[in-house]
Amino acid sequence: MTYDTVIVGGGPAGLSAALGAKRKGAKNILILERSEKLGGILNQCIHNGFGLHTFKTELTGPEYAYRYIDMVEKENIPYILGATVLSIAPHSVTYISEEGLRTVSTLSIVLAMGCRERPRGALNIPGTRPSGVFSAGTAQNLVNLKGRKLGKRVVILGSGDIGLIMARRMTLEGAKVLAVVELMPYSSGLKRNIVQCLDDFSIPLLLSHTVTKIEGKERVEGIVVSKVDEDKKPIKGSEIHFDADTLLLSVGLLPENELSRKAGIPLSPITGGPVVDDTFSTEVEGIFAAGNVLHVHDLVDYVSEEAEKAGEEAALYALGKVKGRAKVPVETKGAIRYSVPSKVNERIEDDLTLRFRVSEVMRDRVVKVEINGKEAYRGRRRIMAPGEMETVRIKGEKLKEMGRIETIRVMEEKLDD
Amino acid sequence: MTRNLTCICCPLGCQITIEFEEEIISVEGNSCQRGKEYAKSEVTSPVRVFTSSVRVMGGNEEMCSVKSSLPLPKDRILDVAEAIRNTVVEAPIEIGDIMVPNVLETGVDLIATRKVEKRQ
Amino acid sequence: MDHDVLVIGGGVIGTAILRYLSFYKLDIIAVDKNEDLGEGTTKANSGIVHIGYDPIPGTVKARMNIRGAELMKEESRNLGFDYKVNGAMVVAFRNEDLPRLEELMERGRKNGVKNMRLLSGEEARAREKNLSEEVKGALFLPDSAIVCPFSLTYALAENAVANGASFTLGKKVEKIEKIQDGFAVTLSSGERITTKYLVNAAGVYADEINNALSGNKIHITAKRGNYMLFDSVTKGMFNSTIFQLPGKEGKGVLVTPTVHGNLMIGPTSIPISDKSDTSTFPEDLEKIKECALKTCPSIPFRNVITSFSGLRAHEDGDDFIIGECPDVPGFYNAAGIESPGLSSALAIGEMVASLIAEKAGAERKENPVTTRKPPLRMKDLDMEERNRHIKENPAYGRIVCRCEEISEGEIIDAITGPLGARSLDGVKRRVRAGMGRCQSGFCSPRVMELISQYASIPLENITKNSKGSLILMEDSYDL
Repeated sequence: MTYDTVIVGGGPAGLSAALGAKRKGAKNILILERSEKLGGILNQCIHNGFGLHTFKTELTGPEYAYRYIDMVEKENIPYILGATVLSIAPHSVTYISEEGLRTVSTLSIVLAMGCRERPRGALNIPGTRPSGVFSAGTAQNLVNLKGRKLGKRVVILGSGDIGLIMARRMTLEGAKVLAVVELMPYSSGLKRNIVQCLDDFSIPLLLSHTVTKIEGKERVEGIVVSKVDEDKKPIKGSEIHFDADTLLLSVGLLPENELSRKAGIPLSPITGGPVVDDTFSTEVEGIFAAGNVLHVHDLVDYVSEEAEKAGEEAALYALGKVKGRAKVPVETKGAIRYSVPSKVNERIEDDLTLRFRVSEVMRDRVVKVEINGKEAYRGRRRIMAPGEMETVRIKGEKLKEMGRIETIRVMEEKLDD
Repeated sequence: MTRNLTCICCPLGCQITIEFEEEIISVEGNSCQRGKEYAKSEVTSPVRVFTSSVRVMGGNEEMCSVKSSLPLPKDRILDVAEAIRNTVVEAPIEIGDIMVPNVLETGVDLIATRKVEKRQ
Repeated sequence: MDHDVLVIGGGVIGTAILRYLSFYKLDIIAVDKNEDLGEGTTKANSGIVHIGYDPIPGTVKARMNIRGAELMKEESRNLGFDYKVNGAMVVAFRNEDLPRLEELMERGRKNGVKNMRLLSGEEARAREKNLSEEVKGALFLPDSAIVCPFSLTYALAENAVANGASFTLGKKVEKIEKIQDGFAVTLSSGERITTKYLVNAAGVYADEINNALSGNKIHITAKRGNYMLFDSVTKGMFNSTIFQLPGKEGKGVLVTPTVHGNLMIGPTSIPISDKSDTSTFPEDLEKIKECALKTCPSIPFRNVITSFSGLRAHEDGDDFIIGECPDVPGFYNAAGIESPGLSSALAIGEMVASLIAEKAGAERKENPVTTRKPPLRMKDLDMEERNRHIKENPAYGRIVCRCEEISEGEIIDAITGPLGARSLDGVKRRVRAGMGRCQSGFCSPRVMELISQYASIPLENITKNSKGSLILMEDSYDL
């Protein structure tokens, strides 16, 4: 049997993609999930704040996941748990599970493997290598899913959302969070999380600081934090010593693209995810990608939205409703680091959504999209920060008006008034 | 009095300025009605949704995540966290089941946010 | 007497000695203060099997290196440890240094190295495409090899155990006494063990052991070497090991693939006073970075997955001290084992074992076990074989470590096998779960559960490596 669409990953992106594929008429869909349950990382994100866009209500991670799992179950979309995909090729997927090593053939594939955390090693933090150093996600897993106690006096490096959420979580679990330390002069987490995770519990946020030494031969016994200069180099003499037994690292997420790389799918050096067009098609025909495997999102709602479209497009491709089309690169200018998609088809009839991140905190800007030199979008942004993903939507009617796309450019400039 | 707040109702994180004496005089900077309500409550009786997880007996999961059925007074959050640290609940559990009724007499229940099946 | 021979040290040298001793009719045991084998110098080094071009001719180092490298190749088949002949080059960056490559080749020839030749810069780059344009010439050593020090140590230990040897781990030697016809060794646990022959393979602490018994004092300085290890996406960047020609600025750093394919660079060599301090230092890391860039300007530093530091045991006399101590009959040293110590390990084991056997008049066993079955590695098998294993045991189909593709079954094997793992690092070193790019982020919660279940250790007592390195802090949260 040949599947219409095989989806690699049963987290929020994979579930949404499956629903999208089903909606567009794919008959044989298969979700392959490596863990023992669907829902991915949402299962351990027990805090609230999910789904405001999608469901107009505030849900916790497990609740958000459950709504999608429920829809997938109701649609009778088959999935296999404990199935780790080992390799993909344009029309086949090889996975391993308790049942053995299997290769299935499929007309289309959606990559939805998510992302992983950057480990300590990537930071080269000097000092010893004791126990008591956890990535924030591992800590979240152990605390929320297993009910384990990790430590009593905690320093957190990185003020991304997981770092902030874990600062609150550890506090609620009775630990003392001594400080959240951030290399950059701004937090990369959501503003609301600074308020409700740090300010509420009077946890200090040390901006422009980093961990410069880990002490303790067996278990962490101390953490040294230093202020950094403009080049992010530690300033001698600015050391602060924390009497900590635990260090959590929330120092960035990386799209998990080992499978994509092995399959020869071109990746963007900026996002670390596959290069895709507005249909979420990678450069390898029949293989689509969505969610954090593509670029790291700040909100799961956007992951669901993006993945649903990817699933729809994968189904259309499988059903032979997509013809090869010419693609135009999306140029980005100024502080706009990248755009997803990074290419668009020269004729677009649906609405086009472009997502991007900026390289620095900026106030009072205008984001513009020019197609063929003409303005297709203009929107004000009171504030833009690297921690938050920006979204631009251009209506299908507008695109029709513009005709064949020859050039498309995303830029930002100072708001003049 | 004037206070500057960061709204926590949604990821936008609006910067709200609220002016108040006995009564609320003005609220500015919010982009929606929820923001306005948040600002008012923040200067009168601040509340937060509480989430945590509690240990499960006889389930296919070790822990069950919970949330407060309504926002709790902010100054009771740590007490509630402390109070449920040794709570053990029994499987099976459905989303929405009450895990801890009327926690610390706050009138708020802690309800399950995940399903836990009985261990086979 | 409790035993015929007691070996102090469960590193690669101690286990090699034990393994060769186990071929004889002797009652033998090794003790180590660490909870696992190879926790000292063995766990952090370059993993190179040098072919012997470097030691000064006539030294013990030169002799052991040549024999050790031969044995390594032979035994890799018998013992199934991870070993690969990958070739090496010593590269020179200045034309005026080219004659020194010839001198090095001459030294190698004197030591008995057979296969060596000089390459031009172009020829070197033709073999290693990522080599710097600045390389003017190279000494090519086709027989140079790489080995996984953990895999080697466990293989030796398991083979020794199969022949009846035993280990006592997690107990430090507190006291050594010379008694009638032997020695009494008191451990930190309070046990007092008596033995006819005593072997000192205590790594950086070998001077303390020697000096407690012998008037011939030795002095060992621990030298710190920092390394950086890269993600497996660097696989193929280099096939052979690249040494820099030692110069006025020091020995230079090497750039090498590990036997598992990751790129590795290092080490520094800094004398330190605390023999248990394996900290890394920013200045060391900067230095290896700078030096490695000379060899290869395109080293992708964003793909570093870990940096670590190891200690080498440098003796003042600058040579290995191997053999019976002249003033303490029955006491054997294997001390001052620094580079090329790993390469020499099997030769040292063979030599010490035969010296003791001869002295003790011990006969060789009729049929000693000389081979060891390597652990099952699902990833290396073809589809059919993998399916056969999964059918027999579905745990081989459940992937726990996604970076290195290690199944639950393989992890259980590492825990339940002879000298099974008892810590996260123990599992990591035996089956590589946690060795990959996420550095155990994803798999550690599950691996902890498996250790708890299969080694019957309460979860809260599970460690990263040593006794005090507890992962969890389950006692009450009193602040």
